[in-house]
Amino acid sequence: MSMAALTRRREQQPVYNRLRLGGLGRSGVFFAVLIFLAALVALVGSWIAPHNPDASDLNRSWVGPFELDGHLLGFDGQGRDLLSRLLVGARSAVIGPLGVVVLSIACGTLLAVFAAWRGGRIDAFIGSGLDILFAFPGILLAILAAAVFGVGLGAAVIALAIAYTPFVARILRSAALKVRSQPYIAALEVQGQSGLGICARHILPNMGALVVAQATTLFGYAMVDLAAISYLGLGVQPPQADWGYMVSENQTGILQGYPLPTLLAGCSIVLVVVAFNVLGERLYQRAAAAGTS
Amino acid sequence: MSVTRFILGRLSRLVATLLVSSVVIFSALYVAPGNPIATLSGGRSLSKESVAILEKRFHLDQPFFVRYVNWLWGVLHGDLGISIKLRQEVSSLISARMSTTLTLVLYASVIILVVGIGCGVWAALRPGVADSSILVTTAVSAAIPAFVATTLLLFIFVLRLGWFPAFGSGDGLADRLYHLTLPAVALAISSLAVVARVTRAAVREELVREHVQTAISRGLPRSMIVRKHVLRNAAIPITTVSGVTMASLLALSAVVERAFSVNGLGAYLVNAATTNDFAVVQGISLFIVAAFTVTNTVVDMLYAVLDPRINLGTTAT
Repeated sequence: MSMAALTRRREQQPVYNRLRLGGLGRSGVFFAVLIFLAALVALVGSWIAPHNPDASDLNRSWVGPFELDGHLLGFDGQGRDLLSRLLVGARSAVIGPLGVVVLSIACGTLLAVFAAWRGGRIDAFIGSGLDILFAFPGILLAILAAAVFGVGLGAAVIALAIAYTPFVARILRSAALKVRSQPYIAALEVQGQSGLGICARHILPNMGALVVAQATTLFGYAMVDLAAISYLGLGVQPPQADWGYMVSENQTGILQGYPLPTLLAGCSIVLVVVAFNVLGERLYQRAAAAGTS
Repeated sequence: MSVTRFILGRLSRLVATLLVSSVVIFSALYVAPGNPIATLSGGRSLSKESVAILEKRFHLDQPFFVRYVNWLWGVLHGDLGISIKLRQEVSSLISARMSTTLTLVLYASVIILVVGIGCGVWAALRPGVADSSILVTTAVSAAIPAFVATTLLLFIFVLRLGWFPAFGSGDGLADRLYHLTLPAVALAISSLAVVARVTRAAVREELVREHVQTAISRGLPRSMIVRKHVLRNAAIPITTVSGVTMASLLALSAVVERAFSVNGLGAYLVNAATTNDFAVVQGISLFIVAAFTVTNTVVDMLYAVLDPRINLGTTAT
């Protein structure tokens, strides 16, 4: 049947392409550039914003693009310049997920390497602890954190980092176990090298490609979850500009026939998330090709 | 290992997880800053006697462990305590909203299973236009968060076409389903794409397996091959991903309930969290965690049914 031949050909084709572009493929490079641009906007957005993002004038609420000079995208429901708010709102939309990724990857990697290295009871203990943590969905933990510590981006970031750690640790643990079982690690142990040194110098670097791939994919998830938390009013607080909260605060505009502000904020999130997802997928493929996953 | 031992092991792990989660949920809100008596009095200063009476009524005068055991004992008997804010039974506050949210989540699950698995199988069996269009559509919709999907759905189906109501949860089953259609679609859209992609990959993987190729070359009817050889073996990854995504819907429902002003559990949880109504937060959180864990355990047990070769002694995830 032609099906088998067809699927096989499809899977082989991109390999030649990917080899040349740092193993990422054309779409991978395209989305990497897009992520770079988003990071740039997050860094300098508040300087290049043409107007004050918080200056509101209710006479100009829901005024469309190009209707007033110098206001490229028009105004939101409270008469604030939409372009400026989008540029400034990029910062918290990017910094929040970055915090989640750094924290959860750090905790997850440590737990994974420790569990894989010691094995036995410690491994089982860490495993069952993570299983229990796994029962708490990220959004639920963030809501609990908001109830305990009050609303704000910080509590949400920590809650999500805790919720993501089991996912990171579970995948990285099997990668660490794979490296751990290599003969050269046993050889180093026999030579009397310290466990810490072997983990830091040999096991961790061998997991690097997979860690980067995981971090990239997690960033997309974290961005969606944090935006949802801000949307619920538990994350970034008004009047600060943030993409997630902008979707929510401008949703009244839809039923008044002016969906542009909420749609643009939503599209900004979706675009960056798609970029991270595709790039993450490419990085996983590259890590798999290098034999670390 | 026998099947009974496997099931008993899974059940004991389920109970252990639930116990630890209940401790976590209870103690998190126990250490939360803020004095429940101050909430009760609304800022007025109370005499020592009335404070003592209030403490006694809400068991605030007892040590942590006693309060936890009391609370757990109540929970096991369907009593989640009293909302200090509203002075009502938490269980009656929750149960009214629970049916709405469960309807919403089940509705979304049906959409995810039928459309997601359907599209995935279809894409896997029909390489070409159908396959690539489904691939592109799911790649984009997998990245659409529920709250952005809400925006699009409100704009297209409520404002432009006027097919659905924007708010409320409706009375009676038919009206409720009608009201909950857009929220369910918003809730389902990204999970559906993930399920479709995993299904497609799993079915593709099975199609090129030797026993399937042999069956094709022997001239067996195509539908029978797909049913008996391909889908049966592809069922395990499909079950895993469907189970995980469906279990997380309950927590996500907060977002769509808020967007569509549906008076459900999720929206109420967020409301209670911001107003420090701790008994309600504890009750709903425990319910969400329990539902999540039970779903995962059921999925785990399904593996044994789906694939008798699975070694029952190890974790199947």
